[in-house]
Amino acid sequence: MLKIKNLHASVEGEKILKGINLEINPGEVHAIMGPNGSGKSTLASVIAGNEDFEVTQGDILFEKANISELSPDERAHKGIFLSFQYPVEIPGVSVTNFIKTSINQVRKSRGQKDMPANEMLKKIREKSALLDMDRKFLSRSLNEGFSGGEKKRNEIFQMAMLEPKLAILDETDSGLDIDALRIVADGVNRLKTKDNATLVITHYQRLLDYVIPDVVHVLMDGKIVKTGGKDLAKELEEKGYDWLKEERAEMTS
Amino acid sequence: MELKDKLMSSYLAFEEQVDLENDIHEVRNKAIKFFEQSGFPSKKQEAWKYTSLNSILKEDYSIFPKKEDAIDYKDIKKYLIHDIDTYTIVFVDGIYSSHLSRTTHDKLDACLMSSALNKDKYKPVIDKYFNKIVPEDSMSSLNTAFAKEGAYIRIPKNIVAEKPIQVLNFFTSNEAALMVQPRNLIIAEEGAHVQIIERHQSLTDHPVLTNSVTEVYVEKNAEVDYYKIQNDKTTSSLIDNTYIKQERDSKCSMHTFSLGGKITRNNLKFYQQGENCNSVLKGVTILEGKQHVDHNTLVHHTQPNCESHQDYKGVFSEKSVGVFNGNVLVDRVAQKTNAFQSNNNILIDDTATCNSKPQLEIFADDVKCSHGCTIGQLDNEALYYLRTRGIPKKEARALLMFAFANNVLSSVKIPEIKKRITKQIALKLGVELGFNL
Repeated sequence: MLKIKNLHASVEGEKILKGINLEINPGEVHAIMGPNGSGKSTLASVIAGNEDFEVTQGDILFEKANISELSPDERAHKGIFLSFQYPVEIPGVSVTNFIKTSINQVRKSRGQKDMPANEMLKKIREKSALLDMDRKFLSRSLNEGFSGGEKKRNEIFQMAMLEPKLAILDETDSGLDIDALRIVADGVNRLKTKDNATLVITHYQRLLDYVIPDVVHVLMDGKIVKTGGKDLAKELEEKGYDWLKEERAEMTS
Repeated sequence: MELKDKLMSSYLAFEEQVDLENDIHEVRNKAIKFFEQSGFPSKKQEAWKYTSLNSILKEDYSIFPKKEDAIDYKDIKKYLIHDIDTYTIVFVDGIYSSHLSRTTHDKLDACLMSSALNKDKYKPVIDKYFNKIVPEDSMSSLNTAFAKEGAYIRIPKNIVAEKPIQVLNFFTSNEAALMVQPRNLIIAEEGAHVQIIERHQSLTDHPVLTNSVTEVYVEKNAEVDYYKIQNDKTTSSLIDNTYIKQERDSKCSMHTFSLGGKITRNNLKFYQQGENCNSVLKGVTILEGKQHVDHNTLVHHTQPNCESHQDYKGVFSEKSVGVFNGNVLVDRVAQKTNAFQSNNNILIDDTATCNSKPQLEIFADDVKCSHGCTIGQLDNEALYYLRTRGIPKKEARALLMFAFANNVLSSVKIPEIKKRITKQIALKLGVELGFNL
């Protein structure tokens, strides 16, 4: 589904990603772990099409098509979704109207008509219940004054509404207490099918207790330095990242 | 000939058309003298620092338009709020059009200023209200000098006007540039309620200059909601002078939607003259090209326990210019005044300009007055966020601009106007309306 080949990216001239290779197949859950500043969020942004980052080398293929030149909205139309680490507050736009606009724009890009109002309403009800969201929440301005947990729940709600093929969860566990984490993780798990894929980006192993990855990658200094199964996450939790740094230093020397 | 000279000599011709015996003529004479001395405003005057009229004063305007050109309802339908029942007072090139209007004298008067000025039965009203709250300034005086036609609206005591009243000015002049000076008088007597919609719309590509004066009297416990829709062609300019006097326990709201025109100047002055008044001044300005809109507002609090709320939002692209000069004056006796003022602007392009100047003069010591103005850009992070949800750049920008203007639209009490304005904004931003805020 997603194939990243030798991806280099920089922001304001500073090289952040230095040759990433990654392949994710339908039905898989991948986790990318790594210390702060290793380039995890950059990778998420680059896949989503953030124009602040410049891809200097390499390709991103999504369902065999090169998407490197596509805008964020065009990538969303193809079925890529990014759950933000820090969702943006937009006063004056209600959650409901935002998600309606979003869904209908995606439909439009696929040559479909607007979703009928009753169908939309039904879907909103169903998906907000899945995330245990208060009805009042839906008429509030997007993310404005939301708690950290509410913001993340709102992200997963949008994901549930848009039903992406590839969902990238960027530090979705940060700012969540254990109850909120369970609700969010539960939501993510229930949205999983054999046809979609999830890329979980996290510093801590905590979320991976709930969203079990098939593959775990460790990102350091802009490169994937180790790939393994779900046990690798546990190992990192116990041993931290330093042993990997040392291992790498030995390898390069 | 300079426009001022032309106007002065036109005044002599004008005198031949009107009743010189009428008391009003004294008022006109005084006004033309004042205009003769003061001339047009210039940038040297503080209140006109950011708006020059030079580019529009050089046209050779026709001062006395010919008889009404034949226009049909179908030509103007789209400029009307036509999906609800309203009274309408329509002027074409400054002249009343009876076949396009629906006036009334049933329970309330929604009719013509020319009748009010000339018929004996209105004399007591005219004596009491006409030109009583218009300050001596050059543009208002010029209008007073030529005051002859416009809307006359009077809602008697405790009457609630069941339909909104639309006052529409269309311009069709085919041969030449046109200058018109509508003069409106609106009286909501004690306990009366009325909603008014005003619009100036050119149907021609010739230059049009409108210099209008509207006096609004909101008496004890009365309520007036006023909406100005300014979405004219870029060949038309408007100098709007609106003066509002409020008595105790009254409410008055003014929403100004400035989406079009070449140069638009809104002189909007509220005079609160009783306790417990509430004044609301709101504006949405969205401009592009070389459009220029200047909001010059004043709320004068002269009595205790009153409120005012000013909220103006502006979005400026290309070489457009926005000016906000918001004045709040609180007299010493006006204790417990609650005055709020806010002006927020977004500059889309580096070439756009915005001047925001709040002016608060407070002489009372027990008041709550706040003001804030901001000039910024569209939030790129918000734009990116919306785009990752499949909303294309243009639509995402439009959505953010809508959201920005939304709290001004939210207080509009006539849903059809809200719908109309939302649609016009969408059209202006070049997007299909997929959202309903």
